[in-house]
Amino acid sequence: MTVTDLTPDRAPGRAPEGAGTARLKVTGARVLRSEWAKFWSLRSSWITLGVAVFLLILFGTVAGYTYSPDADPMGPPRPGGAGADAVSLALTGVTFASLAVGVLGVLLSAGEYSTGMIRSTLAAVPRRLPVLWSKAVVIGPVVLLLATAGALAAFQLGAPGLDGEKIALSLGDDGVLRSLAGAGVYLALVAVFGVALGVLLRSSAGAIAVLVGILLVLPGLASLLPDSWYETLSPYFPGNAGSSLYALQESSGALSPGAGLAVFAGWVAVTLAGAAFRLRGTDV
Amino acid sequence: MIEVRELTKRYGDKTVVDHLSFTAEPGEVTGFLGPNGAGKSTTMRMIVGLDAPTGGSATVGGKAYAEHAAPLQEIGTLLEAKSVHPGRSARGHLMALAHTHGIPRRRVDEVIELAGLTSVAGRRVGAFSLGMGQRLGIAAALLGDPAIVMLDEPVNGLDPEGVLWVRTLLRELADDGRAVMLSSHLMSETAMIADHLVIIGRGRLLADTTVDDFTREAGGGGVKVRTPDVLRLRSLLSGPDVSITSSSPGELLVTGREAREIGTIAAEHGVVLHELTPQAVSLEAAFMDLTRDAVEYRSAPAGTERKAA
Repeated sequence: MTVTDLTPDRAPGRAPEGAGTARLKVTGARVLRSEWAKFWSLRSSWITLGVAVFLLILFGTVAGYTYSPDADPMGPPRPGGAGADAVSLALTGVTFASLAVGVLGVLLSAGEYSTGMIRSTLAAVPRRLPVLWSKAVVIGPVVLLLATAGALAAFQLGAPGLDGEKIALSLGDDGVLRSLAGAGVYLALVAVFGVALGVLLRSSAGAIAVLVGILLVLPGLASLLPDSWYETLSPYFPGNAGSSLYALQESSGALSPGAGLAVFAGWVAVTLAGAAFRLRGTDV
Repeated sequence: MIEVRELTKRYGDKTVVDHLSFTAEPGEVTGFLGPNGAGKSTTMRMIVGLDAPTGGSATVGGKAYAEHAAPLQEIGTLLEAKSVHPGRSARGHLMALAHTHGIPRRRVDEVIELAGLTSVAGRRVGAFSLGMGQRLGIAAALLGDPAIVMLDEPVNGLDPEGVLWVRTLLRELADDGRAVMLSSHLMSETAMIADHLVIIGRGRLLADTTVDDFTREAGGGGVKVRTPDVLRLRSLLSGPDVSITSSSPGELLVTGREAREIGTIAAEHGVVLHELTPQAVSLEAAFMDLTRDAVEYRSAPAGTERKAA
């Protein structure tokens, strides 16, 4: 076998002039292009994204049809509960979807460490940080679009089930679109959170455990705190701040949607900063 | 050109690479040798900036790796073969790397063909054999048409055809003016590919030499001669720098004279020879002698004392 196709007309010992093409150079846009290609070239991305959207739509739709205003309080628990409104019912699936998109984020980043791909990635992009930003920039908008569409679909599909009920709402009603879009933003941030945790912990299992712990277990554990502390602190927990981001009605003690967004985005930003620090400073 | 100067890496109080200096020149194949655990892979990871040195420096084409605008064009690397996501296809993997540099798809197809992976380019890497994984790693190393190629244990897991392919490929790359560096723990294999040898043990430089010199120094194995006329031949061959031993009747081991010389002398004096065999000390044995004190994971003495004939 010959290797004559390797630019044979080159002066010995000198770097080739652009491998016969435009000058090669690593740029932010190119790293982004690479991460985009990496994201879509894995079957697990499609599956996890599909699962997230499916859960979002399925639970939201089913919740609309199974809602009953005078459900027996001793009977099987129904989604929504006493303070249910049409939006909270439609967004019943957000918790499950958040796990799916969180895992998606973790797989995108920690998956590179568990497979060894990270060595190829960082050898190609030795400045390293563009890889982290690009992963976040790829997964955030993708999840934002699909999750918002999923939340809208869940609301619309569940609406016929609420027809005639007191709590029925339409898309045009105050705050409905904002809440549904808020769910999309929340899920997008969870996905970025997953990316950051994956780079920070470099282990899929570890990052998923921490993700679940922070979003789902921490709020429950916090109830062990003294009451006065609990009331002050709990709205600022990532999971709680996140859920106020897509709540239609501000429940007492919770943050406003805007504040919830700021707080949850803050948590994600801090985690990203930690991930950047670890990515930049440690051997792989 | 790869220049490594006083490169040091410590993990806690364990020094893995210890003030290591060497140069891999363009147009040459540099064999980077050492027993397992000698620090070869760590050194190579430091050269491409995956690990940060505790001290010293490693430069590629005169600059630190991370300072290159297009690092894949400067140096192509095969680290461990499994530096690949098993869920991605071979083409998907190479495309992902190509995108970072703006390398065109046509070049990706080129290296796929070059590595003999055309028929499996669309298959998931997880289903690849070790040899195919190795070929993919080499394809990735060549992606940027780099001025330097650095491969960690490139022939690991390759079948004989693959080994020959790597050997030919590396030779052509070096003849093309590129600096080629490959690591190995097998001296005999490396001697067939390399011009220049950098041998390390326990992170320290043990020898910086050429294959020719190493072979010459290792070649003092003498010549085995079988003849019915032992006494006569012995006296004919003796000289100031010649030593002759005999391990069995009718057989002599001569050091200090080459086989050609011995044959000529025997013919001139009408001595019948039944056998005339140069006893090259195997390169492997010479290598083991050199690294004996630096072997990290030593097997039972019987294993390390073994000498090839």
